[in-house]
Amino acid sequence: MSGVDAVIRFKDVTKTFKRPDGRGDFVAVDRLSFEIAKGEIVAVLGKTGCGKSTMFNIVAGLVQPSSGEAKVIGRDPFREFEFFRGKVGIVFQNDRLMPWRSALDNVRLGLQILDTDPMEAEDIARAWLKRLGLAGHDNDYPHALSGGMRQRVSIARAFAVNPEILLCDEPFSSLDEMTARDLRAEFVRLVRQSNKTAIFITHQINEAMEIGDRVMVFHRPARIAYEATLGAAVTEDARRGINEDIMRVLAVEQPR
Amino acid sequence: MTNSRTVRALQAAAGIIALAAGWQILSMVFPHYLFPPIREIIARTIEILITGSLLIDVLLTAGRIFGGLFGAFILGGILAMIIGQSRSAENFIAPVLTFFQGIPALSWVVFAIIWFHGIEFRVLFIMVMTTLPAFTFQILDAFRSMSKDLFEMTMAFRPSRWSLFRFLIVPTIVPGILTAWKVNLGNAARVVVVAELVGATGGVGYQLLRQQQLFDMAGAMAWTLQLVLFVLVVQQTIAAIENWALRYRAVSERAM
Ligand SMILES: Nc1ncnc2c1ncn2[C@@H]1O[C@H](COP(=O)(O)OP(=O)(O)OP(=O)(O)O)[C@@H](O)[C@H]1O
Ligand SMILES: [Mg+2]
Repeated sequence: MSGVDAVIRFKDVTKTFKRPDGRGDFVAVDRLSFEIAKGEIVAVLGKTGCGKSTMFNIVAGLVQPSSGEAKVIGRDPFREFEFFRGKVGIVFQNDRLMPWRSALDNVRLGLQILDTDPMEAEDIARAWLKRLGLAGHDNDYPHALSGGMRQRVSIARAFAVNPEILLCDEPFSSLDEMTARDLRAEFVRLVRQSNKTAIFITHQINEAMEIGDRVMVFHRPARIAYEATLGAAVTEDARRGINEDIMRVLAVEQPR
Repeated sequence: MTNSRTVRALQAAAGIIALAAGWQILSMVFPHYLFPPIREIIARTIEILITGSLLIDVLLTAGRIFGGLFGAFILGGILAMIIGQSRSAENFIAPVLTFFQGIPALSWVVFAIIWFHGIEFRVLFIMVMTTLPAFTFQILDAFRSMSKDLFEMTMAFRPSRWSLFRFLIVPTIVPGILTAWKVNLGNAARVVVVAELVGATGGVGYQLLRQQQLFDMAGAMAWTLQLVLFVLVVQQTIAAIENWALRYRAVSERAM
């Protein structure tokens, strides 16, 4: 993969946060470098608090790197605000639904921001709710939905704008295994079908290996501790080896 | 639901009836020019409501209250948005508002008489100046209580300023605005009669002054009740709007 056609590129990205008690800085991301090519699905694994969501927020342009360079489609996601309109869809770790909007209106939010024709936006939003098994809940307010249903509404909201890049932070973590499995398959199908690029954060090694073309395991603070490319060519034996490697890498790290 | 509503209404009525009963007893002990009987007060109150030339005074005062509140709301909203976006604007404006908060309504009356000629403009000025600080601070608080999660979620779609205002800021501050209206309505109803001392030749304040000159207690009560009734009706209207606008809110089945 050459640097030119990388859709997401991190070069020595570091993010430090001020400690609230003023005892110096806290390093959340530590000289993180990686590249993600167009059409690739990259699964990110790492222990809790290792900086996965922080990396994610940098890609989303919500957090500015303290040093290093983060580029998305060749641009600075923090500085270039309008360029990214409609290009990135995000499923956050928590559902972040607007409590005053119905399920349908929550899914419609991104389309409204993109000035999509209202009738068309409604049709798209309805179709997405249906696809995620929420038909009949269009007019429910978030407080009347279960945690898993809310999470699915937020997935629909991210997909509805048909973004080039999808960022998903543990999107299926609050779903039962059966539903999660169906959605994982659907997710991969959707991303492949429209040749999207996706970063998928998860805590489950199985899920990472099922979804990812590539798996990155983060060190704590965030830096690549291990990386493996998966795909049809990788044999069952090799997959088992990778699985064991990942477990070993995750086990080595001491909580701080 | 309907049941608890009926109970609430009965309790509210019981309080008022007890107050009226107390007054009635006083009217039996003291001469009527000090404590006129309830029947007479009610008759005078109704007389005002059905006599066009008197009702005009009530409507005039109501208009002044609304005019003042509306002016303070618009100005306060603009100030709150400016303060909310810039620290230095806050440092500049907030102390001035706090300073204004300490100025008694009567002082504004004196200033208005000295500075301006038109009666209506004087009243409007006094109403706006006395309610502006509270309005501004309340809208500002509502603005500041905006969820960071929802803000970042919305910003990730890269909205225009107008979209951000429409889809996030307005729904966020609506509950605070409604509360501010309820609180300031009571203040304004009390200030308006003082404001009408600037030489108004009509309005509840003017009528109250006349009753004092006539030494007519029943009349004074009847005119006072007009204001109380007005506040009551408007409060109920705002409460109804609140119920509708905030219908998305989850209510716990558990009582406190
Ligand atoms: N805004 C912030 N201010 C201060 N510290 C922060 C901030 N955001 C994150 N951190 C810290 O950075 C570290 C990494 O957080 P992050 O949310 O990226 O972890 P994560 O890998 O997503 O964890 P999890 O798997 O539990 O979601 C944590 O120790 C966290 O306390
Ligand atoms: Mg996280």
